[in-house]
Order: sequence, then C-alpha cells, then structure tokens
Amino acid sequence: MSAIARNQWYVAAYGSEIGHELFGRTVCSEPILFWRTAAGGVTAVADRCVHRRFPLSQAPSRLVDDQVVCGYHGFTYGSDGKCVAVPGQTRVPRTARLTPYPVVEQDSFVWVWIGDPALADASRIPRAPWLDSPDYTTVCGMEPLAARFSLLVDNLLDLSHETYLHGGYIGTPEVASTPISTEVDDEAGIVYVSRHMDDAQCPPFYERSTGLSGRIARWQDIEYTAPCLYTLHSRIAPVGSVPNPDGTDPDAFHVEVVYAITPETEHSTHDFWAVARDFALDDDGVSRFLAEQNRTVVLQDVEALDVLERVIASEPEGYQELSINIDTGGLAARRMLKRLAAQGAVAQHPAAQEPAVR
Amino acid sequence: MTGGPPGVPEAPPMLTGSRVYRIHWVLGTDRLRAVCHCGAERTFDEPVELWEWLLAHPDGHTAAGPPTPRPPVREPATASA
Repeated sequence: MSAIARNQWYVAAYGSEIGHELFGRTVCSEPILFWRTAAGGVTAVADRCVHRRFPLSQAPSRLVDDQVVCGYHGFTYGSDGKCVAVPGQTRVPRTARLTPYPVVEQDSFVWVWIGDPALADASRIPRAPWLDSPDYTTVCGMEPLAARFSLLVDNLLDLSHETYLHGGYIGTPEVASTPISTEVDDEAGIVYVSRHMDDAQCPPFYERSTGLSGRIARWQDIEYTAPCLYTLHSRIAPVGSVPNPDGTDPDAFHVEVVYAITPETEHSTHDFWAVARDFALDDDGVSRFLAEQNRTVVLQDVEALDVLERVIASEPEGYQELSINIDTGGLAARRMLKRLAAQGAVAQHPAAQEPAVR
Repeated sequence: MTGGPPGVPEAPPMLTGSRVYRIHWVLGTDRLRAVCHCGAERTFDEPVELWEWLLAHPDGHTAAGPPTPRPPVREPATASA
C-alpha cells in the first residue's frame, strides 16, 4: 500500500512561484500543471495532454491568454481543463479534459487537494498566518529531498538531532538533554511536542539574529498537523523571562519555523521551509543571515536523509530499529500518517479491506 | 488531567480536544508517563510499549496500572506505533 495519504491538502508551491506562465510540479506522484490566470487566481490541472500524454508544462507547450496549447500536436485547453480545440477537425471529443484539481492560495502557499474532489473542504487546510502577516518578516525556500516524506517527519518531530547534526547553527547540548512533553489529538490530526529549555546556551542562529548572547530561555513547541504542515513555535528570551498571564510576551523574540512536507513520489519529497520572525522586521541583514543559516540547516538534513533513504531502500522488509523517549512524538506522527494513508486507500479502492491500523 | 508524582510539575496542556493523549517525561528520570483521554495513566520505560497501551483504550484503562519496567523493545520498523 502507498505510504502517501490521499484525500488530503498538500502544499504544491509558494504563491510567488506561480505566475502567468506554465509551471509543473509532481505532488503525491501526480504531475500537475499550474498557472496564474488573467483574473489573478491559480489554476491546477493534470500536466499530461489527453492525446499522447505530452507534459503541458514542457516547452514548446505554451500559454496563450488563459489557454494552454500542447507543444506536441496543439490540443488546447481552458483554465478549467476542458479541451477547446484539437488539430484538423472541428469536433472536440467529449471526454477531452484535463483533470482539474481543487486549489487554494493561503498563507503564501498554494495548496492542492489530492484525492476525491467532492471531499475537498478548504476549511480543513491548516493555517500558517505568520507567513504573510505584516507583523512578521519571513524568509523561505524549498529544497528537493531524495527521500520518503516520513523520514522528514521523523526528523522534524525529534529536534534532539539538532545537537548532533546542526551543531554550530541551531544545536546546543541542551536540546538533546532536555525532556519533552507530547500531546496527540487524533481527531484533529495534531501532534504537539514541547521542549522548554529555561537556561540554555544561545546558538549562533539566534545569537546573531536577536542580539542575545550567553544563556537564554529557549522554548521549542512543535505543532504538526498531519500530513503536510509543521510549525516550530520558537521562543527566545532572557533567562527567567516568561510570558505574561494575558499572553503578551514583550521580552521574548518569536520565530515561527514552518515546514510544508509534500511527497513528490513515494521516495522523494518537496521540503518547503520558512522562517518568520517578529523582530528586526526591516533588517535585511538579519533576513539574509536567517535565510542562509536555515537553508544550510535544511541542506544538512537533506544530505543525511538522502543517505538514510538509500540505506532503508536497500534493507529487507521488516528491518529492525529502536525507539527511545525522544521518539515519542515521532511515533505518534508515524501512526497517524499510517492511519490517514489507510483511510485514503480505502476511499480510492472501496473494495479493498481497510488494514488494521489503530 | 490526573496529577503526577508529588513534586513533578506538569507540562501545561496545549491541545484542547476531547480525545487528547498526553505523555510526560517524568523529570529527573528516564521514564514516560502516559495519560489517556479517559484519565487512565501509566508509566513506561520506552515509547513503543507506551503507545501500544494508550491505543488499546479502553482495554486496561479502567484504573492506573502499576509500572511495568521492561527492557527496550526492538521491533520491525514497519510495525512500530
């Protein structure tokens, strides 16, 4: 069975990536064609001509006004995917239509629904309001990962690896040595992992961006909404500082580290990352520093997970591994993803019996 | 949420749903305390066995069970949690 959950929303792109030109990206093994119409909305349809399967995102396919013309034989489609012209005849086959995808542009992301369009409910898309809020400044990027998406979920749900894989950037000894608390809401599909370090070394990532140095209070609160959206609510403050009872927190620096974890295929992943901060909003130097630092950290993960994918792919089915306390949240996420994948598979093939997954 | 061992502060709850599982790393120890949404709780040495117990709800969740220390479990990755 596929490990990818269908009937879910996934981030396909940043809104800034989609303009009035053809843009192809594979999401959950489905090649999808995007463009921004003259009206300003994003459209998403299957990226294969119904005639001979030529990719419509591939030159010499081209966009003419709001119609895409296949570069192979000239089949022409509207933004709703409907074929409006074929070469050499006036009759357009009734079934000539590119499958349209429900698509929503929100919080700087372009979300696409993978599954039965009748089940697409935009209100279920998890939010990341910091990314386009005037109260925050955001830097972002996307790195291709040649590894299955569950390895990135594992990685992000257990930040103790920062101490070892990201030392000198975001890792300090306290991350790996501080206990976590974990909460799981199966109905909402959320895993929440907290690690509050009340007296920790300030890593370079935060030292140079906040101006704090020496010892700090560093809180990490992970909020993972399966399957796609991950936010690390990061709080950096002088030692002893805590938020006020009314929720205000004037002495602290807040960084929302957002990841969208989108399967490209069963064995590759789009690793969208964004860092939104509520301080030094107009400081381009801080923006450049955080972008360069976080991209470096992401690439450290990519290098490690690409290796891990090759190792796991070569292992026989049922290989052994060992989980300890730090994996409590990651195990919860794995179980949740397995359940979502099973539900999606049953919806796609109702005759198949649902695997026994709690 | 039910109370933990005396002197051990609880992490404040963040999720507000009606069916939330909570797992606390008991401070100063290597142990994990699982609290089911039904109020049952139990302490474990490692998370795989912990999740098996939590997800067996309501089996064995009528009262807080005694700690059952066991060595870490090695198991096939495809079967974990």
